[in-house]
Amino acid sequence: MIGDANIVDFLLQFLGQFDGIDVIKAFSAIGAGTAMIAGVGPGIGQGFAAGKGAEAVGIRPDSQSDIIRTMLLGAAVAETTGIYGLIVALILLFANPFMG
Amino acid sequence: MEGLDFIKACSAIGAGIAMIAGVGPGIGQGFAAGKGAEAVGRQPEAQSDIVRTMLLGAAVAETTGIYGLIVALILLFANPFLG
Amino acid sequence: MEGPKIYGYIYGFPITQTLVNTWIVMVMILVVCAILTKNMQKRPGKAQVIAETIVTVMDGLVGQTMGKDKMRFAPWMLALIMFLAFSNTSGIYGLRSPTADLNCTVGLALMTFFMTQYNGLKSKGLGGYLKGFLEPMPFLLPINIIGEFANPVSLSFRLFGNLLGGGIIMALLYSALAGLMFFPIVIPVPFHFYFDIFSGLLQSFIFTMLSMVFISGAMD
Repeated sequence: MIGDANIVDFLLQFLGQFDGIDVIKAFSAIGAGTAMIAGVGPGIGQGFAAGKGAEAVGIRPDSQSDIIRTMLLGAAVAETTGIYGLIVALILLFANPFMG
Repeated sequence: MEGLDFIKACSAIGAGIAMIAGVGPGIGQGFAAGKGAEAVGRQPEAQSDIVRTMLLGAAVAETTGIYGLIVALILLFANPFLG
Repeated sequence: MEGPKIYGYIYGFPITQTLVNTWIVMVMILVVCAILTKNMQKRPGKAQVIAETIVTVMDGLVGQTMGKDKMRFAPWMLALIMFLAFSNTSGIYGLRSPTADLNCTVGLALMTFFMTQYNGLKSKGLGGYLKGFLEPMPFLLPINIIGEFANPVSLSFRLFGNLLGGGIIMALLYSALAGLMFFPIVIPVPFHFYFDIFSGLLQSFIFTMLSMVFISGAMD
């Protein structure tokens, strides 16, 4: 452990022992995982929509199909940022622009 | 340490971080279940309609949690960085 | 759970486990339909009552969700939900579900996508269809276009992820039971009930309902 006076030097020395391509692959894996944190948003939002939809159906059960259609259309729009996160993760895994 | 081991280690970390996506549907579906229970309490004869709407919305809310699961499973079982 | 096994090649075309299991599901659906519609009469026997109930319920669902003027989609929706119901629950008869393969779910989602675009174009005309992307505000155009492509992506990945995750959990459960030297008799039953039956039927219902909403939404 020569010259690890601070944590940054230690990390750089640790990472220096690998090939560059291996470090890129490893951090792409971490990045792909981190990109999926974008899934928290639509999960909360669409659940809120489902709850309000269920409440609305309880108030007026005869308009159930209109309520369901509105709820699903709004949920599909809310889905898009979750898909953005999935696309970034899949790009990092399968079409990585940093490897070759 | 081998480069391959480092990739495996970081893939394990990535797979775990990807499952933070499970927080969202947990909160959302819980809210939906609570609102559903309240609606059934207010009008018990509409129970089947309410439950059907609630399950429909909850299954749609599940989707981003499943996306996180797919990325985690890819990193664990079909990792494109190993070999 | 690995990817689908390849059993062989015909003229360079791989015969995968997904393909064979899809044929098995198709044969099962044909057998069920043949049994239910055998010897139909005006005073229905028990099998015919089941068949009539299924068709009536599906017609009611299509009429409620899409509108009474779009009943011509009802046969396709019933075929879709029957295929998905039989193939999502394949875990309980020991097959690897065909919809646990991304190729199958993307194919089904693309069918919904092309039906949406074609019917939207046919009923609104080219001008109305293109103007639809500028609603409600013109600067939302890129978001609308991406949202249009997000629909089949989310449909296919939702079905694929649910089925693949369920299959992997069941495979892990069986290998854990075998590793602990337990004979898998009673313990897997509630897991099969939740992952294969409940989740499978719910996902098939979701896929069909979303297809109906998208197609009828595009036709306005």
